[in-house]
Amino acid sequence: MAKSTTPHRELRTLDAVASMFGQIKHCRALDIAIVSVERGSALLRLPYSDRIVGDPEEGVVHGGVVTTLMDSAGGCAALSLTPEGHTIATLDLRIDYLRPATSGQDIRGFAECYKHTRNLAFVRGLAYNEDRSDPVANFTACFMSRAGNLMPGMDWNG
Amino acid sequence: MALFERFLALKAQGQYREINRLIPYTQFVNIDLFDLPPNLTTVLRQTESNTGNPTIPAVHGGVVGALLEHTAIMKVLIEGEYTRFPKIVNLSVEYLRPCLATEDTFARGALFKQGRSVSNVRIEAWQSDEARPVAAAHAHFLVG
Repeated sequence: MAKSTTPHRELRTLDAVASMFGQIKHCRALDIAIVSVERGSALLRLPYSDRIVGDPEEGVVHGGVVTTLMDSAGGCAALSLTPEGHTIATLDLRIDYLRPATSGQDIRGFAECYKHTRNLAFVRGLAYNEDRSDPVANFTACFMSRAGNLMPGMDWNG
Repeated sequence: MALFERFLALKAQGQYREINRLIPYTQFVNIDLFDLPPNLTTVLRQTESNTGNPTIPAVHGGVVGALLEHTAIMKVLIEGEYTRFPKIVNLSVEYLRPCLATEDTFARGALFKQGRSVSNVRIEAWQSDEARPVAAAHAHFLVG
């Protein structure tokens, strides 16, 4: 559980987080499903599909899809700690590829917020097939949160 | 023919767009080559199903990351000289401006350092104005 500087009563419900996730067209296109969302963490599942392969010889899912899964999981974790009416945007992220994803298997993406402030959520996570102790990728990211729909760049850089 | 041999044959013939198409995921999100070497540039075509934030609407940050990663891979494959496929080690992405889901997105990489065992690639992505990038990244590849 992340250290909180915002009282819980202001936070959006976890159902609202799931509902916002449901509006993301690209996650629908990938059939990414929420396994669970808690305050400050989320677990998503990406089904294997031939359409998202990056290495057609080995049938390995493209790294970019792992990035999408983890950005989405991190986004859900960050959203679960923000008040209703706030939106979030990824400021930066890093993915370390630890091993190729197993061909034909689902990939799970777990992310947790380990520190958040009024405007920032620091998130880390893992992508894995069956076994979280044998991860496909390690993920770290920082998300911005603010009231309304302004996103980084719109107000920072004009 | 094994994939690496097919790749080498296409490269020898200058069939760079065919190299890009060897990868199924490029068709799922609509990434093509926009410009060929020496100005190798990719384009992520405006595609409704790539949308993340529906309000702006913006391209999903993961797809922007995928475009940057794929551009780095194409740069290393097409401009590097290797005896096997380079393996990506890691990728760091910085999101600079909203990437509008209503526009095409372009990306170009530079081989920042080519070592004997590791290559470092820097990549930038932009939409209407190349001087105003929407995202930047660096990636490491094992090439030895």
